[in-house]
Amino acid sequence: MAGKTLYDKIWDAHLVHEAEDGTSLLYIDRHLVHEVTSPQAFEGLRMSGRKVRRPDQTIAVPDHNVPTTPGREDPANMTEDSAIQVAALDKNAKDFGIHYYPVSDVRQGIVHIVGPEQGWTLPGMTVVCGDSHTATHGAFGALAHGIGTSEVEHVLATQTLIQKKSKNMKVEITGKLSPGVTAKDIVLSIIAETGTAGGTGYVIEYCGEAIRDLSMEGRMTICNMAIEGGARAGLIAPDQKTFDYVQGRPHAPKGAQWEAALNWWKTLYSDDDAHWDKVVTLKGEDIAPTVTWGTSPEDALPINATVPAPESFSGGKREAAARSLDYMGLTAGMPLTDIEIDTVFIGSCTNGRIEDLRAAAEILKGRKVKDGMRAMVVPGSGLVRAQAEEEGLADIFREAGFEWRLAGCSMCLAMNPDQLAPGERCAATSNRNFEGRQGYKGRTHLMSPAMAAAAAVTGKITDVRELSATEAA
Amino acid sequence: MEKFTTLTGVAAPMPLVNVDTDMIIPKQFLKTIKRSGLGVNLFDEMRYDREGNEIADFVLNKPAYRETEILVAGENFGCGSSREHAPWAIKDFGIRCVIAPSFADIFFNNCFKNGILPIVLPQEQVDLLMSDAEKGQNARMTVDLENQTITASDGIEISFEVDPFRKHCLLEGLDDIGLTLEKGAAIDSFEAQASQARPWV
Ligand code: SF4
Repeated sequence: MAGKTLYDKIWDAHLVHEAEDGTSLLYIDRHLVHEVTSPQAFEGLRMSGRKVRRPDQTIAVPDHNVPTTPGREDPANMTEDSAIQVAALDKNAKDFGIHYYPVSDVRQGIVHIVGPEQGWTLPGMTVVCGDSHTATHGAFGALAHGIGTSEVEHVLATQTLIQKKSKNMKVEITGKLSPGVTAKDIVLSIIAETGTAGGTGYVIEYCGEAIRDLSMEGRMTICNMAIEGGARAGLIAPDQKTFDYVQGRPHAPKGAQWEAALNWWKTLYSDDDAHWDKVVTLKGEDIAPTVTWGTSPEDALPINATVPAPESFSGGKREAAARSLDYMGLTAGMPLTDIEIDTVFIGSCTNGRIEDLRAAAEILKGRKVKDGMRAMVVPGSGLVRAQAEEEGLADIFREAGFEWRLAGCSMCLAMNPDQLAPGERCAATSNRNFEGRQGYKGRTHLMSPAMAAAAAVTGKITDVRELSATEAA
Repeated sequence: MEKFTTLTGVAAPMPLVNVDTDMIIPKQFLKTIKRSGLGVNLFDEMRYDREGNEIADFVLNKPAYRETEILVAGENFGCGSSREHAPWAIKDFGIRCVIAPSFADIFFNNCFKNGILPIVLPQEQVDLLMSDAEKGQNARMTVDLENQTITASDGIEISFEVDPFRKHCLLEGLDDIGLTLEKGAAIDSFEAQASQARPWV
C-alpha cells in the first residue's frame, strides 16, 4: 500500500463518518468566526433553536469591517453598518458563550493572524473559518478550509463539516532564494505558473528547501494564497520552526500535554512513497521579485518584465486580459517599472505580521515617501502593532510619511472607509487585485512588503534590489 | 431549502473567465446581516454606473435577459472570497442554475446549500450552450436534475454529472444540518475517542 500524504493523515484523524459515495463528515477542532460572514449563521441557529456544540473551540474576532482609526471602541465612531455587524458579533459571542476578542482588546486583529498568535492554531488540526484565506493556518500543518455561511452554521451546530476528499498536489520549491526575494514572490510565481484555477479540487502541500528555509510567518504568506491558486487548503509539514513558534502561546498545550502533542506532530509529514495526483516544481533561484499587472492574482510577472499583450494569451483569457489592461489603464509592452503608484497599502493577513513590517521599515529607514503619495500601514493585530512600536518600526513608518493604523482588514477588501478612489493605483501587500476589490475602479498591484515600501519611496513600481543598493539619505 | 427538480427558463451568456465573487456581489453589500434582498445588487459594478443607472450593454440589463434563470459562464466562475452573499444574490435575482467549464470550490459548495445547481461541462459543450443562450429570450433551456440533462432551445440534449448526495439534497430540498444531526451518536463517539487520542486540543 502506498504511503500517506500529510493531508491523508490529518483527514484520517478527523473522519467521523464516510458514506459509500465518499461524502464524509469531518470533525472540526477550531472554528474561527468574524463579523461579516457569521450573522446569518447565528440567526439560523436561533431560528431553529440550536446551540453552539463546542463554544470552547469557537473563537470570534471582528476584523473585516472595523475602522482602523482611533476611537473605534465607541460605536459612534463607526459607520452605521460596521456598528451593526460588530454589535451583532458582540451579542452572538455573549449569547452563545464563545471566545471573543473585541476591538478594545489588544489581541484583536485579522482572524488569521490572531489564531496562530494566540496558539489556537496547532499542527494536525482541522481549522475552519467563514473566510477563504483560512488556508493561512496550513502553514502549521493544520488542514484549514474557508467555508460559506451555511457551513459556518453547520459547524456551529455540529462541530463537523460535510466534505469530499480532495486530490493531493505537491508544489516543491527547490534550492535557495536570491536576496530581495520573499515568500510573497514565491507564492505569486506559483500562481502565475499554475493559474488561479490550477489548484481547484486539490489540497496543496508546499515543500522543498526554499519553503523549509522560510520562517513561520513566510510560510503563512504562502499558505494564505493557496486559495488564490484555486486550492481550498495549503499545507506545510510542521518542523522544529513550527514547534518553536507554537510553544508558550496562550492556548498551546503545556507540560505533559505538550510532550504528547509533540510526539504526534512529529509524525505529520508525507511519506516518501505517498501518491501525488499532481506535482509542480519551481526553482528558488529562478524566482525574482514579482508583481501583478492585471486583475487576477495569476497576472503576475517578474519585476523586469513588460505588460503583456492580450494576443499573447489564448481562449477566454485573451478577452479577460484585454479587459484587465483597460481596467488597469496600462498599455501592452510598457515596463512594469514605469507604472506610477498613488497609494501604498501595507497590511492584510498575507503580509501584516511583524516580519513584514520589519522588511518594509528596513527600506523606509532614512527615506521619505514620494510627494503626494498616500501610504498606510495597518498591522495585522494589536499585538503586532504593539511590538512594532516597541521595536521603533512605527516611528520609521511615521517619519517616512506613512499613516500608522489600528489592526483590521482595512484596504485589503475596503469594506470600511479605507478605499481607493476610482482610477487610484495602489501597491498593496494584500492578496487580491480583483476589479473593485480595494474600492470602485481602484487599481491594485500585488507585491511584497519590501517592494511596496520601495514603490512608496520612488512613486513607481520598483525593483527593491536596486533601491537597497543605493544609500538612504 | 428550496427544492430543485427541473427548470425551464432564459439562459444568459457570460463568457468572461475568472468571474470572482467581488464582481458577483461587491463588498459594500456584505454589510447586511440578512440573507435576502441582494438580487438588485448582483454584478452591481458591471450592471450600474456610479449614479445607479443601468449600463445598457450588460447582459442582465438587456430586455431579452431580464428574466434570466440560467447563467452560462466562463471557466473558474465564483473564484475569490467565501462570501455566501454571492449565491444569495444570484438566487435572489432568480437564477437557479449556473453552467461553466469549472467553478471555484467554495462557491460551488455554497450553491448547493442554497438550492442553486452549478453544472460543470467540457468547454465545447459550454460553447454550444453559450451560442444557444446568445439567441435571447426565446431560447429557453431546460435543466432536468433527476435525469441529469440539459436541453437546449434547438432540442439538443447534453447530459451532466452531479454528486449523488448533493443531487439527493437538492431534489428533496434537504437541510444539511438536520442530516448531520442524525449522526449525533457518531459525532459523540468520535469526540470521546479524540479527547483521549489528542487531549491537548
Ligand atoms: S485581510 Fe483581507 S484577505 Fe485577510 S481576512 Fe481580511 S479581508 Fe480577508
